[in-house]
Amino acid sequence: MNALLELKNIRHAYGKQPVVKDLSLTLAKGDIGCLLGPSGCGKTTVLRCIAGFESISAGEILLNGKEVSNARFSMPPEQRHIGMVFQDYALFPHLTVAANIGFGLHRMQKAEKAARVAELLRIVGLADSSARFPHELSGGQQQRVALARALAPRPDLLLLDEPFSNLDVSLRERLSLEIRDILKSQNATAILVTHDQDEAFAIADEIGVMHHGEIQQYDIAYNLYHRPANRFVANFIGRGVFLSGTVLDSHHVEIELGTLTGEVPHQCGHSCRVCSPGHSVAVLVRPDDIVHDDGSPIRATVLHKAFRGADILYTLRLPGGSTALSLVPSHHNHAIGEQIGIRLEADHVVAFSQSDEQK
Amino acid sequence: MKGETFNGATGDTAAQNTLFEQSPSRHRAFPGWRFVPFLVAALVLVPVGTVISSLFTPSGEIWQHLVETTLPGLLVNTFWLILGVASGTAVIGVSLAWFTAVCEFPGRKFFSWALLLPLAIPAYVTAFVALGLFDYTGPVQTGLREWLDSDVSWFPDIRGRASVIIVMILAFYPYVYLLARNAFLTQGRRTLEAAQSLGFNRTQGFFKLALPMGRPWIVGGVMLVVMETLADFGTVSVFNYDTFTTAIYKAWYALFSLPAASQLASLLIMIVFAAMVLEQQFRSRMRYAENRQSARAARVPLTGWHVWLVGCFASAVLFFAFVLPVTQLVIWAASVFAQDFNQRYLEFLWHSLLLSSFAALLTCSVTLLVVYAARRYPDPLTRTAVRISTIGYALPGAVLAVGIFIPIAWLDNWTSAMTLRLFNIETGLIIQGTLFTMLIAYMTRFLAVSHSPIESAMQRITRSIDEAATSLGLNGWAMLRRIHLPMLKGGIYTAAALVFVDVMKEMPITLMTRPFGWDTLAVRIFEMTSEGVWEQAALPAVALVLAGLVPIVLFVRQTER
Repeated sequence: MNALLELKNIRHAYGKQPVVKDLSLTLAKGDIGCLLGPSGCGKTTVLRCIAGFESISAGEILLNGKEVSNARFSMPPEQRHIGMVFQDYALFPHLTVAANIGFGLHRMQKAEKAARVAELLRIVGLADSSARFPHELSGGQQQRVALARALAPRPDLLLLDEPFSNLDVSLRERLSLEIRDILKSQNATAILVTHDQDEAFAIADEIGVMHHGEIQQYDIAYNLYHRPANRFVANFIGRGVFLSGTVLDSHHVEIELGTLTGEVPHQCGHSCRVCSPGHSVAVLVRPDDIVHDDGSPIRATVLHKAFRGADILYTLRLPGGSTALSLVPSHHNHAIGEQIGIRLEADHVVAFSQSDEQK
Repeated sequence: MKGETFNGATGDTAAQNTLFEQSPSRHRAFPGWRFVPFLVAALVLVPVGTVISSLFTPSGEIWQHLVETTLPGLLVNTFWLILGVASGTAVIGVSLAWFTAVCEFPGRKFFSWALLLPLAIPAYVTAFVALGLFDYTGPVQTGLREWLDSDVSWFPDIRGRASVIIVMILAFYPYVYLLARNAFLTQGRRTLEAAQSLGFNRTQGFFKLALPMGRPWIVGGVMLVVMETLADFGTVSVFNYDTFTTAIYKAWYALFSLPAASQLASLLIMIVFAAMVLEQQFRSRMRYAENRQSARAARVPLTGWHVWLVGCFASAVLFFAFVLPVTQLVIWAASVFAQDFNQRYLEFLWHSLLLSSFAALLTCSVTLLVVYAARRYPDPLTRTAVRISTIGYALPGAVLAVGIFIPIAWLDNWTSAMTLRLFNIETGLIIQGTLFTMLIAYMTRFLAVSHSPIESAMQRITRSIDEAATSLGLNGWAMLRRIHLPMLKGGIYTAAALVFVDVMKEMPITLMTRPFGWDTLAVRIFEMTSEGVWEQAALPAVALVLAGLVPIVLFVRQTER
């Protein structure tokens, strides 16, 4: 693989508090990576270490195979050829849109520079606003100026620090798809940092879920949802509940609602003792794993319901007393307290040892 | 405005009867305070108008004489003074602001607040201490003569133009420092990072980005310095450096020519307005987005000899602007304490405290009314009046004294003539030379000082806060007492402290409008320094410095923590 960026066991601490612990990551040229995690998980710090604004206390960072950071050395940010889109955009308020975008092109000829600025203005759809000032633009437009400014010098790597957190939700969705198209059209390599999984799914090719300064799982979005590596990832990505189950054999787990088939447990990382028959495990059940079926003998009580247009998300109490979620087409409208029939419908198993409960 | 008890059913009417409801149809009569902004604006406009109109009145021999002899010198002196002080404060203020706001070096936290301390010392105090220290008979030159056993004739002339400029730079640089620091704190580090991510190093980032971006704040700070320089009377008179303010004073007291004084004042006012227009030009070309507090960005650690350089620079500024003058003041004050700390000194102190307290009380009360009126009636006319009422700060005290004295003298003469004619009573002159005149002059000058803290406190009381209070059953006086006053309290205290200290330090207005025999600390300092007895000026100066420290300590505690 042609690795553009490599982080090898990097570590960073603010005072005595470790923020990033032994983190490793590889990004291929042209890929869009993402660090996803709750606030305070250290994801922004990783980004700032890559940019060179923070130094690392152990490990090394390689860009194009060349070392740019280690415990004793840190190449100044301006020499790394890494572009950055800041959370607050950090647009220069005293310069026009065009001047902002052209700011990093100081080594270019005048004509070449003007052409590049014009090209970027066209790409981000702001050709009409080149003479305006940042404060005259809407939030989404400012965001695009920030992106264009960072892309202008054709950086080897582009870093995006929570780029959509200042925008409203409807704009976020549209802009994130738009930005993915722009990045891909420019063949840019980029890393995005966000706490919003929808954003991560919309933009990134690969996503690293971070928690407590460590990457819990680095994978494509599909696998994060369907094959979470541990309980943190399972909890953080999507919705669902854990039901306790018993391992029957290497391919079957029995839970209250029936028997699930699949590899047991998937990527658990534990020794096989855990998955041996008779062992008790926690099984992840997503809302779409439980379907409504009036003919089913299993009856559950409706505790809450959330109408979501096409479907209703029911919170159910199962006969055994535990709680589960079920996504049901919205014409099946049941009242709270009502008993409804449900059926398990899942084609794989995600199970974890009961012991790593509080991971 | 009458309070109404709240009950659920009439919630709507209660909401409409609050003190600050906007709909004009609901209130019955125009309350008097609606016109306070206009009254205060008149207080600014009348002196300005009086002074400027004197330009068009026929001038006598004295004016002719002034134009031929002193005017060219005044203009040259003023020009160099402004140029020197403005550029000096800009360089010192901006560089110190950058180091303390963006960089990291040992002692940064200490310097970031300590560098504000010189604000506590009135410039004329720094001036006479410097003169006392470095003059021919002062301890420095005397010591050098003894030590080197020579006449040290190479020692620069301490009474020259350069000294005035240096003293003023040391006294006024904190204005630029404060504003530039504010700009750099909110955007400096983030800007630097953005510049670096685009391939510029830190030095380029500073000159290409941070400096141009901070320009509105830097220009604002330098403008304050220019205003202070133009208004200064005490410092230049200590050094016998003739400027417009000293010329106005001399025309009044030495030549007894009110027209000459007022014509000089009109010229000074022209310069002030020119400076204000220039500043607007400078600023209005760029409209910046407001300062968002940006996300965290690391400070730039200084390394190697940079640490020493910056440390020495900051220490030197702090030493010459604060430590040295204060130490010398204390030494002098201690040496004369036994004989000078007497009934007379207490009288100066009492006069100063009394005047400052009354002025602070009056100014803050009027400001409150102005701010409320502007909130309640946000029409363009009222807003213009408010804006005019706060430019009094730009009027040099000497100008204001002349501009207020003339109409009051006219009013006095008129009333006494009227009473004589109508009631056949000889009243004499009632207002002239009373504390009332002084207080009005102080208020006109310092309304801007109290306006900004009270106004910004008022900004926090949003309409929805009023509405929330109303919905919970408060209105009228209850709202004022339980919501507004507690929320405004901090702003009012700050305003009062600032005005108090400013009035205490104030020199030309006090000198020119005080009732006979009403000597204050500042007056005492003026008299002692004009006789060149520095030691005797020290004791009152110490009191001023102590008072001056109060708002600075308050400010530092509020901002740095």
